[in-house]
Amino acid sequence: MSWLDANLGRIGDLALTHLWLSVLPVVLGLLVAVPVGWWAQRHPRLGGVLLGSGSILYTLPSLPLLTIIPVILGTSILDPLNVVVVLSLYAVALLLRTAADAFAQLPREVVDAADATGHSTWQRALRVELPLAGPVLLAGVRVVSVSTVSLVTVGALIGVSNLGSLFTEGFQRNYTFEIVTGLVAVVLLALLLDGLWVLLGRLLLPWARTERSAA
Amino acid sequence: MSDNVFVGAGQWLTDSAHWSGTDGVPARLLEHLGYTVLTVVIAAAIALPLGLWIGHTGRLRGLAVALTGSLRALPTLGLLTLVVLWVGIGLTGPILALVVLSVPPLLAGAYAGLESVDRHTIDAARGLGFTEWQVLTRVEIPLALPLIVGGFRSAVLQVVSTATVAAYIGLGGLGTYLIEGVQIRDYPMTLAGSLVVVVLALVLDAGFALAQRSAARS
Amino acid sequence: MIEFRSVSKTFADGTTAVRDFSLVLPSRTTTVFVGSSGCGKTTLLRMVNRLVEPSSGQVLIDDVDVATRNPVELRRSIGYVMQHAGLLPHRRVVDNVAVPLRLAGVGRSEATSRALAALETVGLDPALARRYPRQLSGGQQQRVGVARGLVADPNILLMDEPFGAVDPIVRDDLQQELLRLQRELDKTIVFVTHDIDEAFLLGDQVVILRRGGEVAQVGTPAEILADPADDFVRTFVGLDKARRTLHVEERAGARIVVDGDGRPAGVLGPA
Repeated sequence: MSWLDANLGRIGDLALTHLWLSVLPVVLGLLVAVPVGWWAQRHPRLGGVLLGSGSILYTLPSLPLLTIIPVILGTSILDPLNVVVVLSLYAVALLLRTAADAFAQLPREVVDAADATGHSTWQRALRVELPLAGPVLLAGVRVVSVSTVSLVTVGALIGVSNLGSLFTEGFQRNYTFEIVTGLVAVVLLALLLDGLWVLLGRLLLPWARTERSAA
Repeated sequence: MSDNVFVGAGQWLTDSAHWSGTDGVPARLLEHLGYTVLTVVIAAAIALPLGLWIGHTGRLRGLAVALTGSLRALPTLGLLTLVVLWVGIGLTGPILALVVLSVPPLLAGAYAGLESVDRHTIDAARGLGFTEWQVLTRVEIPLALPLIVGGFRSAVLQVVSTATVAAYIGLGGLGTYLIEGVQIRDYPMTLAGSLVVVVLALVLDAGFALAQRSAARS
Repeated sequence: MIEFRSVSKTFADGTTAVRDFSLVLPSRTTTVFVGSSGCGKTTLLRMVNRLVEPSSGQVLIDDVDVATRNPVELRRSIGYVMQHAGLLPHRRVVDNVAVPLRLAGVGRSEATSRALAALETVGLDPALARRYPRQLSGGQQQRVGVARGLVADPNILLMDEPFGAVDPIVRDDLQQELLRLQRELDKTIVFVTHDIDEAFLLGDQVVILRRGGEVAQVGTPAEILADPADDFVRTFVGLDKARRTLHVEERAGARIVVDGDGRPAGVLGPA
């Protein structure tokens, strides 16, 4: 326990770094994937190519990608930016499919009603399609968020500090407790972020929780 | 510096010295594939019967969903290092960890595959006098095959990726070039190793895409 | 006044929904397009607010070709009520009704109060205004749909099988409500249905269509019943069935109306 006492401050710092290394890619991924997914769903032919390349991106293993990206960007291999870029690519790859599916499965009669009541294309996209796609997008974001928190730890192997550093240090010092601490911290962080996404969903999508009354 | 690294990686890959011996690319590739096959076979022996049972009976479905979901939160590097400290250096620890990580996609593929089969088709099969076993083997599994193959696809790619990370705990395989390269700052070797892994992943994924398509057609 | 001038529509897949259709729909009357599925009645309706563009011919509102008008602005000037109400599930009932006003740039508080007034007009309990659409019954949702169609006080109201998905008792209610509203509001209503009884109940002018948007007969309900154009119309309006072929019999001093099967249908009173 004395190790934990002595290292509490450092674990806190690592957790903070880990937090922004996890949140940034998910937010960036969402910002890119939603408009592109919306567009892809309206242009099936080119959109299909786009979605296909997204899914290929997702098959690329994380550690190799973490070493290839700095060579392409010209950044130092130790730069945390590499982790953000790689994880953002994954987030885009996954959320692009989610977003395209979310927009494609909107009830036809509601979209039709939006047209019939005189929404312009933009008004329909922002006021009708985006909020209605919200629940599916949120489910996708939750999946991406959890796996991103877990993937950040791989960055420790190329020297980017985060909670994963507790694994490499614990391994080198043959200290099981440090690894277990890291595991618990990572899982807690994933749960915390998931809770925040759920909360955000309740605030932004209050209608999604209403029960259908007997008609 | 980036151009130099690319040139260096090119030179590394075209150097015949790196294509023979126990540390050569073919040997490492075989090692990597060997671990992948071993892991996925063991994982499939556990996950497929379980997943088919869950999908056929509908029992324990909530548990399976929660399990596969929460395993996603478990960082692979943490699991790998922990298992090695517990079980000791050698093959058992890393393979155990890799099996744990590849069970969820296989399980999900199996039960989601069976769930995707139209209930009316299954009712019709029962109505025609199929036994439960015949319903499973002649109706559900053939119709679920694309999703079951999809489960294998995710599991294999997951293991190929994680086995690279496992080089850190001494598993060997293609990840060795990456881990050693970073440690001794031989970035051309790291990049060369990374490119080989990427090509391997793309080839395997393309193979599975074809398999899935033919499973859907049959 | 709405006018169709030799309008045709062939869809991209080659099916012809409407062929050379011409008709005048007088202002402040209800015109009902009636026919079985595939007769092009919904296509005709959707041409009025440019949800469908004719392949040839023109649709005019008060002598202005709708093709010359901006489709979004055109739709905002016309009320539209559809079969499954088409309410936005993420907006509360009152906000759903306010949508056309908000799109027209009306401020939030004025839009809300006008929406509440529209809900009252269609006979909906104000307590339901703060609910989400899926918390309402099918009939209630349909009333909300009608309120949304009326809220911006458009001259024209398009109704696409608005009561097709509710049970018969509720449908009866909604039909009577619409008749009452039309007496008060005097809109130009274009109504689409596959139910001939609904068409005869609501329509000042009834247009019976056959496959491919061909007109079988146009007229008032009485004209059609008195002089059906051909066997298709005769069968479609049910003149070959017992319940439409009535005669009067004297029974115990009263004049009883009896149908073709001899079943009493009602009493004949003084005209």
